[in-house]
Amino acid sequence: MKSLIIILAVGVSAPAMAQHQGHDMSMPGMTMPAPKAKPEPKPTLKPKPASVAPKPALAKPQAKAAPKAKPAKIQPGPPNTVPTEAPMVMDHGSMDHSQMDEQPAMADMDHSTMDHGQMDHEAMDMPGNDMADMTAPMADETPPPEAGRGPARAADAIWGAGAMSGSRKQLAAENGGMKTLWVMADRAEYRVRDGKNGYLWDGQGYYGGDIDKFWFKSEGEGNFGEKIESAEVQALWSHAIAPFFDLQAGVRQDFAPRDRTYAVIGIQGLAPYLFEIDGAAFLSDRGDLTARFEAEYDQRITQRLILQPRAELNLAAQDVPELGIGAGIDAAELGIRLRYEFAREFAPYIGIEQEWKVGQSARYARAGGEDPSVTNYVIGIRFWF
Amino acid sequence: MLSLPRRRFLSSALLAGGAVGFSSSMPAWARGAMAGSVRKGIDEVSGSSIDLAIGRGQFSTGGRSGHAIAVNGTVPGPLVRLREGQDVRLNVTNNLDEDSSIHWHGILLPFQFDGVPGVSFPGIKPGETFTAPFKVRQSGTYWWHSHSGLQEQMGHYGPIIVDPAGSDPVAFDREYIILLSEFTPMHPHVIMKKLKHADGYFDYQKTTATDDRKLSGKERRMWGKMRMSPTDILDVSAATYTYLINGHGPADNLELLFNPGERVRLRIINGSAMTFFNLRIPGLPMTVVQADGQNVMPVETDELQIGVAETYDVVVQPTADKAFTFVAESMDRSGMGVATLVPRAGMRAEVPALRDPPILTMADMGMAGMDHGASGGAPASGMDHSQMDHSKMSADEMAKMDMPGMDMSGGDGMAGVDMSGMKMRDTSMLPSDVKVGPGLDMVSMNAADRMGDPGIGLDKVDHRVLNYKQLAALIPSTDHRKASRNMEIHLTGSMERYMWSFDGQKFSAVSDEPIRFAYNERVRVKLVNDTMMAHPIHLHGHFFELVNGQKNQPLKHTVIVQPGGSASFDLTADEPGDWAFHCHLLYHMHAGMFQIVTVASQSGADA
Repeated sequence: MKSLIIILAVGVSAPAMAQHQGHDMSMPGMTMPAPKAKPEPKPTLKPKPASVAPKPALAKPQAKAAPKAKPAKIQPGPPNTVPTEAPMVMDHGSMDHSQMDEQPAMADMDHSTMDHGQMDHEAMDMPGNDMADMTAPMADETPPPEAGRGPARAADAIWGAGAMSGSRKQLAAENGGMKTLWVMADRAEYRVRDGKNGYLWDGQGYYGGDIDKFWFKSEGEGNFGEKIESAEVQALWSHAIAPFFDLQAGVRQDFAPRDRTYAVIGIQGLAPYLFEIDGAAFLSDRGDLTARFEAEYDQRITQRLILQPRAELNLAAQDVPELGIGAGIDAAELGIRLRYEFAREFAPYIGIEQEWKVGQSARYARAGGEDPSVTNYVIGIRFWF
Repeated sequence: MLSLPRRRFLSSALLAGGAVGFSSSMPAWARGAMAGSVRKGIDEVSGSSIDLAIGRGQFSTGGRSGHAIAVNGTVPGPLVRLREGQDVRLNVTNNLDEDSSIHWHGILLPFQFDGVPGVSFPGIKPGETFTAPFKVRQSGTYWWHSHSGLQEQMGHYGPIIVDPAGSDPVAFDREYIILLSEFTPMHPHVIMKKLKHADGYFDYQKTTATDDRKLSGKERRMWGKMRMSPTDILDVSAATYTYLINGHGPADNLELLFNPGERVRLRIINGSAMTFFNLRIPGLPMTVVQADGQNVMPVETDELQIGVAETYDVVVQPTADKAFTFVAESMDRSGMGVATLVPRAGMRAEVPALRDPPILTMADMGMAGMDHGASGGAPASGMDHSQMDHSKMSADEMAKMDMPGMDMSGGDGMAGVDMSGMKMRDTSMLPSDVKVGPGLDMVSMNAADRMGDPGIGLDKVDHRVLNYKQLAALIPSTDHRKASRNMEIHLTGSMERYMWSFDGQKFSAVSDEPIRFAYNERVRVKLVNDTMMAHPIHLHGHFFELVNGQKNQPLKHTVIVQPGGSASFDLTADEPGDWAFHCHLLYHMHAGMFQIVTVASQSGADA
């Protein structure tokens, strides 16, 4: 029986590789400028033409058995590769498509999506795929009637439907129906501004499944020893509308500077280039319309040291004098925080943030004896569980 | 042929550091109490009636310690050794305080004994014993594991060997089981939550501003634009995993004895929850003789990547009187499992350092073949593209090439990575039975057959690496019918949300809409991977034939579908009943990448 093991010694054939050139892309969804000449990539093995011109349409492609070679020590290659008749499908892998545009017999195939002038080799280089794949995507054929229909209930006949029902429900709930709870304090910080000591919190969390969640947010700030400047809580229904975005709607309740209730609609998610964004519009119970847009970006310096720029823009459709809000751009914030993730869930940080009140808001601030432009030096903790 | 003792692999347990405490005739696990520490496997059970008892205990290796689920008091549980043709009764007692189960992975048997709660049976309640009686009608290397919740991650798994009724076509003098797995002190439900809440939670090999990865700034921005990570190779890494061989971590010094010149058969089982391994024995070529329990034409190789739930039997013949290191490097290269083949106890060979972690390529994004640089001019005739694999080029190499097919406004040589004109999620390319939603973040633009791919990170090593195209069945299939039906199943997901599904629908959404086959129907199933992860897809109760270009298509129970690529198999659906069909990455399955396959009975009714 040792002989069997030795078979492998002769079963290794050097893969036939050849230089190639002349591939044009005619994939849907891609622009196709005129091809231009370029030096082809260097072949890693000596060229060994091994393929055969295709036979007329849908005939079995002839594919020569790759010649057996001496044991190849280094080259992996497919040994024992005998790409003979693959039932039902054409083995494009062993066909030379370079001559395909001169094969009228291929007319049976749907070439509507192909550009014969510049035959697309790559799209066709799919051994084992059949031509149906080259045309519009098709749904699967329906199973034959003998396959039966309806839910899978074979086990009911053996163990009883009653005995099975609990485990069936649990299986479905466990494999995709999971709900989780997540709570995060993105910013929980102590800050120094204008010589005063203050604080800020900005947290959120959710409970729910992959698509629908109950989402809550809270933020507020103030100086120690003074009346709290602002405090709000949001309770939202969050619904996944795209792979990276949720639509959120609900209510916001402010407790400072004044009690006020808002209707909220917003979008939260991950924008291209990995910007975490959160934008929402708020309509107060007094009819005032405001909006807030926040963006954050995590720049990893090392695996655990992360620099996070952050920007926030507040807008208003009208003046709201009692809240110090002016129409147009109300306020802007630009900050940068450097955190160290001792664990993903626990990261102390230091940072600096600049706040500006703009336009009418700035005038309100000045009238109230405040500086419309404030710099915060912050130290805090980002954590979640 | 079998002149020398075949069961000496048990010596591995004796040689390794784990204590062996077999004093009582009635061990603690048999009494249901198992508060103490769990021994490291592997014991053996055999005969016509085999008892397995599931319990809890504390497991420790290399400074990590935590709760485990052990069967018959060990992790891994005992080897279930059967003989082809025998009748066996497998009696499974659940001593946990929650439901449990055992699935006999790769074993052909009536579906009601397959051990999947909610599909084949109701599960085993605490304190109950479930018996699976059946006739063994195959031989080879297999394994068993829990199919309840996430228990498998906690140690609820073990090997199965079925000796052939006749002579074994594989010649060997000695054999060892190599059961690969992971240990984590973290509870698996916590791992699941971390994966849901923080994309890349366990990845400490991410790109950073100070890394030395071979990625240009343009490529980094491209990945950022896609909101994907080029280092998302495995979802869970050595940050929490210690990689085990037969329950032994690298610190446990597992030794496998041999006499120089002996042919040593290694029965390698990937019983891990989430880890693909790159397997090699520096200085010793391996001859692959079996895949997923089915004999294949012998193929010699230097390295192979084993997907979760796959098995490979290899024969090695060390002639030198020296030690060799068996390395099981995790595919993301964050850690490794290690054992040593030794002629005498105590000998050691060098343990190679972890190689640089790989980064995903254009092919992994579903753009196989789009990274071609060549002019549209005279195509050389006689080219054989099937033998060439340009898909494994990194985006970096690609960046150096000119790409006439793509939007090339700049022409500065870097234009190849310009993503404009390429769509990462062109849903018009999907068949209508794939549901488009937030759980689908990518559509492979060109899901090339990647059967010839050695696996992530192994395309550029300077030695031989196994790929699926090299596998040919030793015994030809008896079913020569052409498939009467084609079926395409898309593997879909959202990395950011950690949603995983088939055809865009999690199991929780389609639990009453199984995939149906008529009895004995021959179907060609094409799996299209619309994600950037490799998925090991497992069908219970059957072996399917990989459509890999071989005349004698190899039989497997689990097939890896490479990122952005496709893999096809021919299935003869001749085992009536309901069977699980799922991604064998435990947390992908748990997130929804699971379905039921229903094979009608001969009469046409549900089994």
